Amino acid sequence: MKLAHLSARMAAPIAALVVAGLTATACAPESSDNSGGKDEKSGTLRVWLFQEVANAPKEKVVDGVVTAFEKSHKGTKVDVQYIPVETRAEKIKAAFNDPKSAPDLIEYGNTDTAGYVKDGGLADLTEEFTDWNESKDTDPTAKQSVTVDGKIYGAPYFVGVRALYYRTDIFDELGLDVPKTQSELISTAKEIRQAKPELYGLAVGGAYTYGAMPFIWSNGGEIAQGKGGSYASAIDTAQAQKGIKAYTSLFGDDNCPAAKCAGMGGNDTVTAFASGKAGMAIGGDFSHAAIEAGKVKGKYAVVPLPGVKSGEIAPAFAGGNNLGVLNSTSHRTLAVDLMEQLAAKKTQGALFDAMGFLPTFTDVRQDVAKREPFVEPFVKTLGAGAKFVPASAAWSQIDASLVLPTMFQEIVSGRKDVAAASKDAAKKMDAAFSSAG
Amino acid sequence: MTNRPLRGSVPPPGDEQTPKGSGPAATSARAPGTALSAAAGTAVRGGGAGPVPVKSRQAGAARPGSGVGSGVSRGAGRGLGRGPGRGAGVGRKSPLARGGWTPWLYLAPALVVLGGLLVYPVYQLGLISFLEYTQAQVSGGEPTTFQGFGNYATLFKDEQFWQVLLATVVFAAACVVSTLALGCALAVLLTRVRAVPRLALMLAALGAWATPAVTGSTVWLLLFDPDFGPVNRVLGLGDHSWTYGRYSAFALVLLEVVWCSFPFVMVTVYAGIRAVPTEVLEAASLDGASQWRIWRSVLAPMLRPILVVVTIQSVIWDFKVFTQIYVMTNGGGIAGQNLVLNVYAYQKAFASSQYGLGSAIGVVMLLMLLAVTLVYLRLLRRQGEEL
Repeated sequence: MKLAHLSARMAAPIAALVVAGLTATACAPESSDNSGGKDEKSGTLRVWLFQEVANAPKEKVVDGVVTAFEKSHKGTKVDVQYIPVETRAEKIKAAFNDPKSAPDLIEYGNTDTAGYVKDGGLADLTEEFTDWNESKDTDPTAKQSVTVDGKIYGAPYFVGVRALYYRTDIFDELGLDVPKTQSELISTAKEIRQAKPELYGLAVGGAYTYGAMPFIWSNGGEIAQGKGGSYASAIDTAQAQKGIKAYTSLFGDDNCPAAKCAGMGGNDTVTAFASGKAGMAIGGDFSHAAIEAGKVKGKYAVVPLPGVKSGEIAPAFAGGNNLGVLNSTSHRTLAVDLMEQLAAKKTQGALFDAMGFLPTFTDVRQDVAKREPFVEPFVKTLGAGAKFVPASAAWSQIDASLVLPTMFQEIVSGRKDVAAASKDAAKKMDAAFSSAG
Repeated sequence: MTNRPLRGSVPPPGDEQTPKGSGPAATSARAPGTALSAAAGTAVRGGGAGPVPVKSRQAGAARPGSGVGSGVSRGAGRGLGRGPGRGAGVGRKSPLARGGWTPWLYLAPALVVLGGLLVYPVYQLGLISFLEYTQAQVSGGEPTTFQGFGNYATLFKDEQFWQVLLATVVFAAACVVSTLALGCALAVLLTRVRAVPRLALMLAALGAWATPAVTGSTVWLLLFDPDFGPVNRVLGLGDHSWTYGRYSAFALVLLEVVWCSFPFVMVTVYAGIRAVPTEVLEAASLDGASQWRIWRSVLAPMLRPILVVVTIQSVIWDFKVFTQIYVMTNGGGIAGQNLVLNVYAYQKAFASSQYGLGSAIGVVMLLMLLAVTLVYLRLLRRQGEEL
């Protein structure tokens, strides 16, 4: 292929074509306008909620709310769509990119809040949320998950939290006590493995960030520190390193061999427990169905994950979803109204009965714990104070580039020691914080 | 290379002073399936009332899109730009002086399609790579700002990028060599066995080819699973984990990549071998040439254009491998040990919507692949063989 033959003869027409192409299209990539502006009091409200695995009960609860809403708001129609969880990120980004076909109200994962706010996608609802008569009972961690820079961008919809699942039959057989401290947890795990080498004592995963965080938090460490949009990583502090050391000590032939467990994520550990391959696991209230469907049905119990000292509960990560109104909506008042109905105490109570979603209101949560003893350890964990990821847009970047899993995996595979790996992770996190703000 | 007609298979442009109508027919017969030629053919056909001489010259101009004669016609876009150059290579006057804007008119539909589908996206990719362009800019939360080479500087300063780049090049090279070796060996085998085993091998290969990459990767992973995998049971390896070590994980992925890409090489080369006149092979064996010797001295030179195509194709595919690594090593392996460039780009940039940085990685990959392809073609030409 001789490019030298591309003579001037050719160059002219090609240049003409390129110029034509450039003038025909915009020279810069597009930015869309999400400012909305109008506030119509009737018309169609479009709502996107997540499609859950067994979605029918959720639809029933939502339909009830929507019917009542349409009755009390004449001339308003509500169009609810359920979007698949796997492709939600693309769908919601697309909605920000094309405000004309975007919904007015969305459900979103609470770790995405800061990112969506930075994208300019979510409307500031501080005033409406404060005026809402039910909002005073919202649990503080849940409220933190809709807050960025002191402004509120939605209403918490439900929370999810993790606790310690353990096999009652194995504990009885080996005469073990339920661990009350972190060190007891680690030694119990190793005892199980020793007595039953075909089992993992406590199933852990190198890619299971939210299973590892309680170890760091209970030792007084933090992922990052800071307020007002500027964060600095704290993953390499002495306390955090102590937590990292405790968690990574669980990888090894005496509990969970690194060759297998280094690559595992949260779902893998839950699957291992459900199929009877582990004595203990850190699972969420949302893992309940999967474990009930496994071999260990009826042979397990749940307690809050123990903290460093006896009687303490290790702070858990408060996952869950929020509802938010898009900046581009042309029905702001109506959308906020519907959001409050969908996230109301009554609806959250009904959603718990239908789907098992833990309510975000402290009082409602206590009520449901009385009705359903299974959720008690989870409610207790939340009551002891759950934690949240940094409310920074950088978090999605840190999460996507696997900074924390890489750190754990470097340690458990013996590539780096705790100090070096946590220092590297801190460096990467700081780079992300400074680039994303 | 697909844009060069085989020597002797096509008369040089200009001596095709054929009557009206044969131009388009020649075009479509010689270029089955290529987008460029097909589009150009239609254009010619559409302008059937035009003056005869111009039209027949145009038929010549449209020809370079035609393939190597094997019917393999991926990468139709490679004919872009060269076609008119060759077609107009009759005189040295400017197109206007010859009244030669007509060829451009006829080519316009094809060029517009290619411009829209190829040039414009590449142009946007290049442009975005110079901008601060994240989701916040796309949805209007923050203004788009020009970064100059900022994204490239970030990329080149990241030492992980260089490690990943090295791993990608070595891994892709290993994949290409293994795929070509296996594909060619099995293609020769196909010509040597009877109908039933040939059919069985063909079906098996086509099955592997037709399997979606995600499915294939998942099945391979299951086969090598430490707890439930049959491979460990057969080999008596206990619960050995194949994905824990860096090289064993890469080897596992390599096996899968070769498995799903050798059929393309095998089928293409097999088709090429079938087109080689049997007399030649007969003569070679009468002269006492071994199987290896026949391949090296007879088949390989005759199949050269096909081998070039499958090699470049394999280089491009294996350099861009994503699914297999992403699925089999769980997004890049333990502590990112199995990252390749595409997965790295995804993690670093697209999963967190840093489109500017992602585009910079894309541009770097594009330039590297272009360079590899050009150098490879240069080398082949220097060996004296016109493709």
